[in-house]
Amino acid sequence: MENLIHMIGAKFNYIAYIILMMIGLYALIAKNNLVKKIIGMSIFQTSIILFYVSTAYKTGKAIPIVEHGHGAHSVIHATDYINPLPHVLMLTAIVVSVATLGVALALAIKVYRQYGTLEEDDINSQIRIQAGK
Amino acid sequence: MVQQLPALLIIVPLLTALVVAMASWISPRLCLPLTFSGLALSLAASIGVLMEVIAHGPVTYTMGGWNAPMGIVYVIDYLSSPILVVITSVAILNLISARKSVEESFPGKTGAFYSLYILFTTGMIGIVATGDAFNLYVLLEIAALTGYSLIGLGNDRAPLASLNYLFIGTIGASFYLLGVGYLYIATGTLNMADLARFMPQMADNSMVLFAFIICMTGLFIKMALFPMHGWLPNAYSFSSTAATGVIAPLTTKVMIYAMIRVGLYVFTPAYIFNTLHMSKAIVWVAIAAIVMGSLLALAQKSLLKMLTYIIVAEVGYMVGGFFLGNRMGITGATLHIINDAAMTLCLFMAAGAISYKLKDDSFASMKGLFRKMPVTMIGFGAGALAVIGIPPTCGFFSKWYLITGGMEAGQYGFVAALLFSSLVNAVLFFRIFEIAHFEPFADPHDHHHHGHSETVNEAPLSMVVPLLVVAAALIVLGIYSGDIVTKIIQSAIPAGIV
Repeated sequence: MENLIHMIGAKFNYIAYIILMMIGLYALIAKNNLVKKIIGMSIFQTSIILFYVSTAYKTGKAIPIVEHGHGAHSVIHATDYINPLPHVLMLTAIVVSVATLGVALALAIKVYRQYGTLEEDDINSQIRIQAGK
Repeated sequence: MVQQLPALLIIVPLLTALVVAMASWISPRLCLPLTFSGLALSLAASIGVLMEVIAHGPVTYTMGGWNAPMGIVYVIDYLSSPILVVITSVAILNLISARKSVEESFPGKTGAFYSLYILFTTGMIGIVATGDAFNLYVLLEIAALTGYSLIGLGNDRAPLASLNYLFIGTIGASFYLLGVGYLYIATGTLNMADLARFMPQMADNSMVLFAFIICMTGLFIKMALFPMHGWLPNAYSFSSTAATGVIAPLTTKVMIYAMIRVGLYVFTPAYIFNTLHMSKAIVWVAIAAIVMGSLLALAQKSLLKMLTYIIVAEVGYMVGGFFLGNRMGITGATLHIINDAAMTLCLFMAAGAISYKLKDDSFASMKGLFRKMPVTMIGFGAGALAVIGIPPTCGFFSKWYLITGGMEAGQYGFVAALLFSSLVNAVLFFRIFEIAHFEPFADPHDHHHHGHSETVNEAPLSMVVPLLVVAAALIVLGIYSGDIVTKIIQSAIPAGIV
């Protein structure tokens, strides 16, 4: 039991991202409304962003901004700063996920104009009626 | 000049996409020539790089002069250079062929279509050229997002199919991103060559194992390997044929390229084939993909749907071939990327011409089509023979390598699945030949008097000529497949694989 609590305390960021990811995946698979699915997709992508950013953290270290970096005042040790690279990668990933969200919402609008609803059940029954004609 | 070619390969179409979007505000008529010239320059650059690679070995380009482990490098080697030529030539041939149907299907949106079209090609080129694992994710999403939009531009059920594709595609790409994240934690680098350098000392690291599983799952979803193929048939058959003409030949094949690239040059063959004991299981999944793809194709009643299920089966060929883990199998998989892109392009261009004329692609409407559209049907026939695998078309040779590889690895299930799928393909296409050749023509627009209506005739020249070029290429690729293998593909496979 003590081990378990210790494990959760040490790795709670991984547990948090997995929980978020599963919430997103659940919404993507189980929800009937297309906009709810899109929200699930966003949660799914955000969980991965959280994972990346949390891996960069080092307890008790400074943010990676070096004042007077070009002067030879003192030696700079990378271990004294948190890792800035995952944040930079995630800036790109955020741009990608915003673009995905935009495309998804645009497609959802197109679907709504066509069928007059965003519920997948209703859309599928309309398609079946059309196919039956 | 030659040193700058890898950059030009991607910069030229990227900028052209912007220029095309702006030019469409001035005059929509400018879009097609601009797109064409952008792709033509890109094609020239890709051929130039291929020549350079054959003559002097792999070319590395450091973007912005930042050197390898820190900066992003573009590596064009024996594996990527032939695929680059395939991508640019598929894009340019389909562009010519699609002109008429783009003008008809998207009035007032041609600028947007061409801009997305060239951006999609840029994404594909980038995936193949990059030497950085994270950069690959970004370009994967560029190609995917433009692909969703191109499919969503279509009418009828296309937007819904595209949205479902988007959900699944995003899950796939995110899994790949997650895998790259674990690789980064384990090694501290994102450069592919650098990652491979760390691999031998990481053989029993559980993070690398997880990274491998999750990266491959992501790529399998994106390439529509059998149980995860659900998005593909609807997305490809409901969109306009102008869009599928480029998306269907390229997307799955480039994802398979990404799998081979990540497998051979990031995780290294020693790790995936010797340390892990997964390759046999993945070959069995591929066997299921081949058998189920073929059976589902047999159940379809319209041409485009049937072709999409053939793609599902073909994905199984290449995944299985790669995970056989021997030189023959990997050669076959790599050669099949090139050949399958050409075959799929040929079939989808013919299907595009047929549905442009008939406004329908059900088998019933294809009666007597050999008499009405003889040249299109000859092109279609060439593609069909290549998919079945009849020499001297290219499909025979890659299948030969795959079957030999299966024999060497002792995977007789894979060999049997390949033969079964060839037989099913023969049934599928000869059924169409029978309908199109022997049954009398019934005009779909005119139900009152059956017989020889003159409303349907040969497709326009802009569709027929590229189709015949591809049909000829199928045979040329077949005849020169020995040269392609010995001069290019053999050098692409690391020396450790026998």
